[in-house]
Amino acid sequence: MSTLRAAMAIAAKDLRIEWRHKTALLTATMFAILVLLIFVFARDPASVPLAAVAPSVLWVTLALSALVALNRAFLLEREHSALEGILLAPVPRNALFWGKWSANLAFVLTVQAVAFPIWILFFNVTPTPVLFAVAAVALLAAIGFTAVGTLFSAMAVRTRFAELLLPVLLLPFMIPPVFAASEATVRLLAGRPMGELWGWLRLMALYDLAFLVLANLLFPVVVDE
Amino acid sequence: MTDAVQQANRTIRVGLAISLLAVIGLAAVYLMAWEYTPAERFQGLAQKIFYIHPPAAYASEMGFVVAGIASLLYLFLKDFRLDTFAEASAEVGLAFALMLLTTGPMWAKPIWGAWWTWDARLTFSLIEFLLFAGYFALRSAVRDPAERARYAAVVAIMGMLLVPFIHLTVYLFNTTHPQPVVVKTDKPSLPGEMLRTFLTSFVVFTVMYIGFVTARYGIGARRVALEMTDAG
Repeated sequence: MSTLRAAMAIAAKDLRIEWRHKTALLTATMFAILVLLIFVFARDPASVPLAAVAPSVLWVTLALSALVALNRAFLLEREHSALEGILLAPVPRNALFWGKWSANLAFVLTVQAVAFPIWILFFNVTPTPVLFAVAAVALLAAIGFTAVGTLFSAMAVRTRFAELLLPVLLLPFMIPPVFAASEATVRLLAGRPMGELWGWLRLMALYDLAFLVLANLLFPVVVDE
Repeated sequence: MTDAVQQANRTIRVGLAISLLAVIGLAAVYLMAWEYTPAERFQGLAQKIFYIHPPAAYASEMGFVVAGIASLLYLFLKDFRLDTFAEASAEVGLAFALMLLTTGPMWAKPIWGAWWTWDARLTFSLIEFLLFAGYFALRSAVRDPAERARYAAVVAIMGMLLVPFIHLTVYLFNTTHPQPVVVKTDKPSLPGEMLRTFLTSFVVFTVMYIGFVTARYGIGARRVALEMTDAG
């Protein structure tokens, strides 16, 4: 079986399980809505206009719900030692990485796709075509940190305090993409020229490439005994 | 007591001896900073932090870089001593980073008027500190020594790649942090007394790093040796 087909089979399996349960998706979505609500109410409406905090709120929400979403990736495999079964299958180790990563990315993007319209609604963001560009920025940011998250969640589930450890490990790694994405979002919403965004976009693209490659290389070290 | 434990105890003693030497050196740096160097015209006494803060930054950076290199070598050579060494170097790096993050605000309050600003260098040091704090959180959460060593090495190597990205991220902002006055393309712009004290401090911090890491390595090696005795 080729790496690509094996990876697709693993991703399809994860997404099918998620589709049948919907627990993790529901949890992450509810979490995103909760964060948005807290921001709306924990603000002095007389002095801080909604529009001023909208970009930062979007990125706090997307980053935190992505963390919640990533935690489930390997928890699934812990029950009945399912991971051992996959590791025994005659497929290359990086097929497992690519499969897990694409399922994670799809999952994180789904949560973001649900949170995004709610954010537009709650924060009275004017629906303009610029929002498509913001969504593209969200995709660009998610590619890289889900790669790091896939690698780290494979480690974290095998430790004590798995749910606590993943955010602690992943947080420093989320800073460059989330930081760049929020900077880009601020500029997009303010209608600044493309030239101001260029540096941040390049940073995210470089990050995606670098960490996809390294996480894929290190993945066998993590799963092999 | 096994040979390995005795040897580890010897390493700890050597490390402590070197550390003692460094502490004496540090006292000399304090004395030089107080008696020998002139007060700076604009910053006054606050400028004296200059003899502690940049050397701490250098020692912490050395600790993290050495830990990263040792981790990378561990994955290839699978020698447990490299893991113990990486752990020792990272922990000493973390201690110096704490020194960096506490002395910085003391200087910043009188000079910048704020304990903390989101300046590039401050943000960078903070994130690096968090990265290695995560490294130790992971180490403490894994029981099996071989698994712990592999996982820790993976985080340290990922961290090495992360550092240039954090650098890029924070420097896309402007920085108000004082720029280097010693290591730069033209001549150092410092009076001789200040420069000599500054360089002495770098030597002292290097000795301190070596002493601390040696002692910490001995402690780690002793723990590994005792674990082996228990297991065997």
